[in-house]
Amino acid sequence: MTDNEVAVAPTDQRGSGAQTRTEANQASPPPATMRKGFGRSARSRERWAALSFLAPFLLGLVAITIGPMAASLYLSFTDYSLIGDANWIGLENYQRMFDDPRLAASIGVTFRYVFVSVPLQLAMALALAMVLDRGVRGLPIYRSIFYLPSLLGGSVAIAIMWRQVFGTDGLVNQLLAMVGIQGQGWVSHPDYALDTLIILNVWTFGSPMVIFLAGLRQIPAMYYEAARVDGAGPVRRFLNITVPLLTPIIFFNLVLQIINAFQAFTQAFIVSGGKGGPSDSTLFFTLYLYDRGFTAFDMGYASALAWLLLMIIGLFTALNFLMSKFWVFYGD
Amino acid sequence: MVTDTTTPARAEHEPHPVPRKRRRGELGSLKRLLIHLGLIVFAMVMIYPLLWMLSASLKPIDQIFSDPSLIPRSLEWSNYTEGWNALPHPFHQYIFNSMIIVAGAIVGNLVSCSMAAYAFARLKFPLRGMLFSVMLASIMLPIHVVIIPQYILFNNLGWINTFWPLIVPKLLATDAFFIFLMVQFIRGLPRELDEAASIDGCSYWGTYLRVIMPLCTPALATTAIFTFIWTWNDFYSQLIYIRDIDLQTVPLALRLFLDAQGQSNWGAMFAMSIVALGPIFGFFLAGQRYLVRGIATTGIK
Repeated sequence: MTDNEVAVAPTDQRGSGAQTRTEANQASPPPATMRKGFGRSARSRERWAALSFLAPFLLGLVAITIGPMAASLYLSFTDYSLIGDANWIGLENYQRMFDDPRLAASIGVTFRYVFVSVPLQLAMALALAMVLDRGVRGLPIYRSIFYLPSLLGGSVAIAIMWRQVFGTDGLVNQLLAMVGIQGQGWVSHPDYALDTLIILNVWTFGSPMVIFLAGLRQIPAMYYEAARVDGAGPVRRFLNITVPLLTPIIFFNLVLQIINAFQAFTQAFIVSGGKGGPSDSTLFFTLYLYDRGFTAFDMGYASALAWLLLMIIGLFTALNFLMSKFWVFYGD
Repeated sequence: MVTDTTTPARAEHEPHPVPRKRRRGELGSLKRLLIHLGLIVFAMVMIYPLLWMLSASLKPIDQIFSDPSLIPRSLEWSNYTEGWNALPHPFHQYIFNSMIIVAGAIVGNLVSCSMAAYAFARLKFPLRGMLFSVMLASIMLPIHVVIIPQYILFNNLGWINTFWPLIVPKLLATDAFFIFLMVQFIRGLPRELDEAASIDGCSYWGTYLRVIMPLCTPALATTAIFTFIWTWNDFYSQLIYIRDIDLQTVPLALRLFLDAQGQSNWGAMFAMSIVALGPIFGFFLAGQRYLVRGIATTGIK
C-alpha cells in the first residue's frame, strides 16, 4: 500500500497531460471576462466546480507555501531584520556561511544525528516488525505499545521527561547506581547530550514499524513455502525473500525518516534549554536557524540558512532516489 | 496449510491490515513463549520512562530522585494542585488556548483538505497532474524554509500574538498530507456512486456533501485524530507566533516551567507533563484503529 505514493503521481499526470498543453492558458484563476462561459458545457461546469473545490488549496499554495518560498529566496540576498528596509547585498549572506563556526557545528551535529539515528531506528523497526509478523498472539497490543512513543515523541512533555531520565539524578543513573556504576549528567555533558537525542529518536521507531508490518503482509506466503521446500534456512529466507521484496518499503521509510530527522527541533530545544548546548553539542541546524531568525532577527541570513537546509534535504532525497536504482527491487 | 488466505486478502485492496492467519504457524510452544517474554520485556523497557514520570508525578519531591520504585508509597496529589497554579495563569487557561487552536485546525483540515481531495480524486481540470505533484512535494517541504516569510506576512497583517497564524493555514489546506490521505481513500470508492448521484440530478457539491463525505468517515476520523495530536504537540510554530503570556498554550506553558522553576519543582512539572500527555493518550486509545490505518496507507507518522 505504501509504495502507492510513488506510483500515484505518474498515473495521474497521464490522465490530464494531453489537456494541459492546450488549455494551460485557461488555468485558474481565470479573468473575470471568462465568466460568460460559466455553465455552458458539462466540461466547463466540471472545471468551475474543480476550481471552487480547490480554491482554499490554491490560495494556500500561493500565499502560504510558494509565495513565502520565493520571498525567502529573495530575502536571502538582503540584510532584512524586520525593522527597516531590505537592502540587496548580493551573495554576502552565502559568503558569510563559510566563516561561521556555529553553522559548521550545527551541520556536523545534524548530520551525526540523522545518519546515526535513522539507520538505528529503521533497524529496530524492521526487527520488531519481523518478530511481530511471525503470527504472535496479541499483535495489536504489542503494536500499540510500540507505536505509542511515535505519537508522544515530538511533544514538549516527553522532551522534559527525557531531560530528567538522562539528568544527573535521573532514571538512568538510578538504574546504573543499582549495579554499582556512578553515572553522570548525560544531557549536560557535551560528549553525550546528542546521544540522548539519538536514543529519543530511536525510541519512536513505532511508525516505521507499522509501515514495515503492512509491507511484510504483502509478501506471499508461498514464496517462503517454496524456499523451505528447496531447503533454505531462516537466514537465507530473510536475505533472499524478505529483504528484496521489502526494499521499496525500506526505501520509503528511509526517505521519510531522513527528511523528518533533518527537521527535528523540539527535543533539542527543550533538552538544551533553547541554546543547543552544552557547547553547541545539540545545536541542530533548525535550532541555529531559529536563533538567527527569531532571536537575533537576522532574517536575511536566516533565509539563506533556510535555503541551505532545503538544498541539503533536497540533495539527500535526490541521492536516495538515485541510489535506489541499485538496490530497490520493484518486482514485476 | 493456510497459504491461500493471503491471496484474497491482497485482492480486496483492503488498506487496513487484516489480522491474518498464522502463515508460518508451526512455531514450537517454547519458542513462542520465549518470543512473548522477549516482547514483554522490550515493551516494558520502552514504556518504563513514561511509567517512571507518572509515578514521579505522584511522589513527594524528596522521593522522586531517591526512590526508584515505580509504585509511590502514598499518592501525593499536591504536585498536581501545585503545578496547576504554579504559572502566571492556572493551567486550564493554557489548555483552553490549546483547545481553541486545535478546534480551528481540525475544522480547517477537515473542510479544506476534503474539498481539495475530492477535486483531485474525481474531477478533471487543467494542470491536474502538475498540481497533484506540487501537492505531494509540499508534504515534504520543511516548515523551516517558509517560516520566516510567513512570519513577516503575519506580522504585517498584525497577527503575531493571535491564534490566526496557527489556524488560517489549516483553512487553506496547507497540511497536504491529509489531502493525499483522502485522495487515496476517495479513489477506493466506486465511481458508480458518483454517476448514480449525477443521474439523480446531484451537482458536484451535492455529490461531495451527500455521497462522498458520508463514505469518507474513516478518512475524516484519521485526519481529525492526527490533526489533534500534531496541533496539540506542536511547539515550533506556537513558540514563534505566540509570545503573549495570556495566549500561551500547553507546550509553551510546560516550557515556562523549565525557565521559571529552574531545577526546583520537578514534581509539579512532571504532573503537568502528564496532564499534557493525557489527551494524546486518550485519543490514541479511542482512535488507534484509524491511526494504524492512516500510517499503513500513507506511511507518515
